[in-house]
Amino acid sequence: MDEKRQPVTLDGGSPVIEPGHTFATVTDKISSIVLTRPTSNGWFLGFGIAFLLTMMMLFAIGYLFVRGTGIWGVNIPVGWGFAIVNFVWWIGIGHAGTLISAILLLLRQSWRNSINRFAEAMTLFAVSAAGIFPLIHVGRPWLAYWLFPYPNSMGVWPQFRSPLVWDVFAVSTYATISLLFWFIGLVPDLATLRDRSTNRAAQIIYGMLAMGWRGSARHWHRYETAYLLLAGLATPLVLSVHTVVSFDFAVAIVPGWHTTIFPPYFVAGAIYSGFAMVLMLAIPIRKVYGLEDFITERHLQNSAKVMLATGLIVAYGYAIEAFMGWYSGNRYDAFTLWNRLHGPYAIPYWALLACNIFVPQLLWMRKLRTSPAALFFVSGVILVGMWLERFIIVVVSLQRDFLTSSWGMYYPTRWDWMTYIGTIGMFLAAMFLFVRILPMISIFEMRTLLPEAEVKE
Amino acid sequence: MKRTPIYGMMAEFDSATHLVDAAHRTYEAGYLKIDAYSPFPVEGLAEAMGFHKNNVPLVVLIGGLIGGLSGYLMQYWISAVSYPVNVGGKPYHSWPAFIVVTFEMTILFAGISCVFGMLALNGLPMPYHPVFNVPRFAFATKDRFFLIVFSSDPKYSPSETRRFLESLGPRSISEVPS
Repeated sequence: MDEKRQPVTLDGGSPVIEPGHTFATVTDKISSIVLTRPTSNGWFLGFGIAFLLTMMMLFAIGYLFVRGTGIWGVNIPVGWGFAIVNFVWWIGIGHAGTLISAILLLLRQSWRNSINRFAEAMTLFAVSAAGIFPLIHVGRPWLAYWLFPYPNSMGVWPQFRSPLVWDVFAVSTYATISLLFWFIGLVPDLATLRDRSTNRAAQIIYGMLAMGWRGSARHWHRYETAYLLLAGLATPLVLSVHTVVSFDFAVAIVPGWHTTIFPPYFVAGAIYSGFAMVLMLAIPIRKVYGLEDFITERHLQNSAKVMLATGLIVAYGYAIEAFMGWYSGNRYDAFTLWNRLHGPYAIPYWALLACNIFVPQLLWMRKLRTSPAALFFVSGVILVGMWLERFIIVVVSLQRDFLTSSWGMYYPTRWDWMTYIGTIGMFLAAMFLFVRILPMISIFEMRTLLPEAEVKE
Repeated sequence: MKRTPIYGMMAEFDSATHLVDAAHRTYEAGYLKIDAYSPFPVEGLAEAMGFHKNNVPLVVLIGGLIGGLSGYLMQYWISAVSYPVNVGGKPYHSWPAFIVVTFEMTILFAGISCVFGMLALNGLPMPYHPVFNVPRFAFATKDRFFLIVFSSDPKYSPSETRRFLESLGPRSISEVPS
């Protein structure tokens, strides 16, 4: 029997939806958050803070445009700095959304249905935040379109043997496909909102976005095919994106970058940090909006298990990096390892090991996996750890490479921090708007999880 | 299509099982121009009305092929014909380096054709549709299931079709003004 249609309660462990729900209650519960629930003061406060942080980011970027990248801490030898650290961090966070929506769909993990919508939204906003960094890092951002191959009067073209050009294609494809996947998943729910709302303006706006969706059987038939195919396309895509990001490093000959373990280890790290962000968003959201019936203990447990597994892959990556530093017999690689452990950035490196390897081992304990507060804490630690990992990879590898005469230090400036913290604000502001104006849980996919959705012969 | 003031006859059902059964019996009874509406994809519903295959996969295949080919040829033409630059002695046509962009272009074109192909085959966006004239139809996006026999069906007759739909045991029946 089709796994998706199985009754929700029993396949070991806690249910995906708490019992007692019907099509109507699921629909009302999720759509009422958008349509009838009054906007709380807490929402305004949270959105207000996030909005102010966004303004701070715009200010920092505006000043950057006036003064140039000299206001940042980047210089030679560390020419990549915060911009690339944050880019890789944000792109990685986005990966969990696609994993949940596409890969878990193909694997018929029906529990994904209650978290895929906001995880996809998280992907979109994370990719938007990521996209800012390379664009403002190019120095002359008004010419950023030069990254794309277009016929021009200068007669020049991009250099397709460069991973940086591959990255332009990978990230822009990823952003486009994520947006399409998210929007197409929203269409039937937008139709629900159109039919449920009593406000004329809401009816018109949701109605236009729903494009006249009416739930015809032929439409559903094509829709399901398209959704499945899109998931099949997004699956290799998401694996390719962080692989290509890792090529930016691995194809260069800088010690600490030039290694073949990077693609799998980057992808695992991306999913690791992405699930941490999913949990950091899901835990407060389910509490505030009373969605414990839909985002159950099962979801928290499963996400924790994914984090534990990907965290161990990441730990394996660190171990192999250290092993190869010794085993390769390459003095520069060996020095990179020594420099990480004992150099000027030793504290971030040890903090990274603590955050990414040691603290997450707490998740072996079922008690902690089922405690929202503990999971929230561990997820926060992992997000810090994954940011530190990118900092170590980018900065510590560049600051001391082959020639001692070209060694140098990197210190982020206040503008670096303002831009970084500002993108977190932008991400949160977008999430606040999303939970307020769109259904944060896929209503039609939740209906398919109910026992009454099953067609009896 | 002949314009008639009546678009069809619509019956409302309580459950997915009931709808699939009703759709199947209507199709068996010789009604060909029918459709069914549900708040979520119901397994076997389209098949019960004789709709087995759709063309979305073909559209995606064509889109993917166009994307992949144009991605590769673009890189070949740029790197080997229009703007050959010697980078570290690598051949101008260094195909392994072109794989990544070819792959991304394949996915991009396949994905875009998937979404827009599906919408086009479904005839969406369609802001106005006669079924929305039935007030109860607002529940088709919540918890009700609908079956319609279009008036363009050769077997359609206001009284006969109503009698037939009544025999399926629906909650209610309404005529759909066009």
